[in-house]
Amino acid sequence: MIKKPELLATAASLEEAAILLNAGADALLIGDDRFGMRLAGHFSLDDTAAVIDMAHARGCKVYSSLGGLMPNRLLDELPIYVLAIGALGIDGAEFGDPAVLAAVKQEAPSLKLHWNAEMTSTNYATANYWGRKGASRVVLARELNMEEMTEMVPLLEVEAQVQVHGMTNIYHSKRKLVQSYMSHQGRPSDGGSLGKERGLFLIEAERQDEKFPIYEDENGTHIMSSDDICILEDLHILMEAGVQSLKIEGLLKPIAYNAAVVKAYRKAIDLYAADPEGYAFQEEWLDGIKGLQDPERELSFGFFYKEQVF
Amino acid sequence: MGTMTKPQHKGKRYRLDKPELLAPAGNLEKLKFAVHYGADAVYIGGQKYGLRSGADNFSFEEMREGVEFAKKYGAKVFVATNIYAHNEDIAGIEEYLRNLYEVGIAAIIVADPVIVDTARRLVPGLEVHLSTQQSTLNWQAVAFWKEEGLPRVVLGRETSLEEIAEIKKHVDIEIESFIHGAMCSSYSGRCTLSNHFTDRDSNRGGCCQSCRWKYDLFEDARPEGPWVSEEEQAEAQESPEPLLPGVTQLPLHQPEDNPFSMGSKDLCMLESIPELIEAGIDSFKIEGRMKSIHYVATVVNAYRKAIDAYMADPEGYELKQEWLDELNKAANRPLNTGFFYDTPDHEDHIYEPEEKATPFDFAGLVLEYDADNGTALIQQRNNFKPGQQVEFFGPNNTLFKQTVGELWDEEGNVLDAARHPLQRVRLKVDQPVAYFDMMRKRKSS
Repeated sequence: MIKKPELLATAASLEEAAILLNAGADALLIGDDRFGMRLAGHFSLDDTAAVIDMAHARGCKVYSSLGGLMPNRLLDELPIYVLAIGALGIDGAEFGDPAVLAAVKQEAPSLKLHWNAEMTSTNYATANYWGRKGASRVVLARELNMEEMTEMVPLLEVEAQVQVHGMTNIYHSKRKLVQSYMSHQGRPSDGGSLGKERGLFLIEAERQDEKFPIYEDENGTHIMSSDDICILEDLHILMEAGVQSLKIEGLLKPIAYNAAVVKAYRKAIDLYAADPEGYAFQEEWLDGIKGLQDPERELSFGFFYKEQVF
Repeated sequence: MGTMTKPQHKGKRYRLDKPELLAPAGNLEKLKFAVHYGADAVYIGGQKYGLRSGADNFSFEEMREGVEFAKKYGAKVFVATNIYAHNEDIAGIEEYLRNLYEVGIAAIIVADPVIVDTARRLVPGLEVHLSTQQSTLNWQAVAFWKEEGLPRVVLGRETSLEEIAEIKKHVDIEIESFIHGAMCSSYSGRCTLSNHFTDRDSNRGGCCQSCRWKYDLFEDARPEGPWVSEEEQAEAQESPEPLLPGVTQLPLHQPEDNPFSMGSKDLCMLESIPELIEAGIDSFKIEGRMKSIHYVATVVNAYRKAIDAYMADPEGYELKQEWLDELNKAANRPLNTGFFYDTPDHEDHIYEPEEKATPFDFAGLVLEYDADNGTALIQQRNNFKPGQQVEFFGPNNTLFKQTVGELWDEEGNVLDAARHPLQRVRLKVDQPVAYFDMMRKRKSS
């Protein structure tokens, strides 16, 4: 039996956290809206304490996202939050902004750091650079292909995390683009929220069958992929390469869907770990996911098998 | 007994006495114009590691020539090596950086820490400036990069003047900010629209500018289904008017509306030179390695004049309408002030169809001026002929309009027009001109 990779899932609420742990998640990613980026949901410090207790009781882990691009005005609050989650026993924090390094060094020096610069975490040497600055894990860019990821793992001095399921962010602006558009149309207050719950999406003129979710929050405007990554079929390639953490992104998904996804990946990981040689993907593992999959969103391999040019 | 004066500490202080005007140079010729028209430094792209794979980027030989040219003016040359590298890009970095240093490049503009680290280790004499692609917004992050040995950070375009002043207060480091030109509407580097739509990697120079494409905005109106969360289902039930059966999405635009767009107006901070200087910005950066010679010369010229006027007499400084008029002759998009004062809103985006064309063409370059007979030898850059209105401008206060009179070739033969690219023609000029002055002409519509 080989060492199993961690199965990490995002949780939007305590309720979802409990369900995903039951479904087989090894670790949960949560966060506070002020510092996190594109969180599935906001966790107050009380909820953070509760989710840590819940996870630790079953030997699971909880990480907090500090993935925001921080303006000056957050620099005073950041160390307070870091100190608080450190005291609660959080197992790690994701970061993209170097300001987090200073806050952690000062307030919670033993806190494990995962470097996640979204689409810009693209090579092993830079991951190792952040390793030397204190990171113990790199979250690889979703735009890398399978070969780039697998060849990178043996060269890494830190753990690797790969998103294996869910949507990805493809554009992030500090501007309020939906609000601006509505103002431009002369309907500045159409009354509804422009947040995640609204179900807004864009269609590009030449791509009528692709819907790109768009929403606004305090970090600006986020545009998301029109398809959902699903690597279940080729998960063994990542496990064989030794990727230490496999992430399921649950943003903008119902709990039942995320639970089905966690279950399917749990099964694949357990079966592979038990017998890597005899392991074979079974099409039916996907059934639970497909039954709940939004018919307007394709399941895809993302960039895993794509050739990109520049 | 005289008072003892303490010797002045000569240690490097990261504050320039006068802000640097930093201009783009897409090729060697543009570099020369940028420098001659008043740039204190130019930034260029080499054959590798830059973000403009579509530009005619510099060879090392051209860089050497550019550095030599700039040196005569006391100007510096920076190279943008601002990709986010993939594994396959790493092997060549060392050799590339050594070559840059060897040809006399003063600084590289870097986004990816692997290049920062390699440069610091290998060629400590080559300054490393952190690229705007890192989206650095706060002083603590700036302090981190200073610790890493970087003398300068190019801030994210999302920082306000107030935030910049705060950063300068906390960290003794050079701050560079974009002050003019086109802008990513996203956080730079945090956009993969291009990757998703065309398989072109934006962070390695393949950006196809999908943010300027047209989109339609909708909201999901499917009342239920296993893919619809309970929250959404509850919301749908609360909605006042039940949807018609079969309606699954609602357009948030009327047929007559402009489509949704992310495209931003271009940045222009000419009217805010005193505020930029007072905030402590050390380097004023103009965007546009893909822009024309006419654009670069005109924009550099306008900012040069404004900066010099302010530095000469801060108290008596006044913005001249003439400088703004000049900028508008090069602009091909509406202008705004980005994030310097406030977060951009609907006034700062472009929803209408864009007119790409700039109003003026570069018609000719002054090669010589003959004071005896008041004629200039002009190298043709765009067709012109007698009777047309043209305008001369240059870095040494040349700025006047005239009608083209007779044209002669170098042998003195009369020409009916200057038709041929780089053709040398002579014409009478109403005022003295100088080598490197430019002649522009309004585009015929």
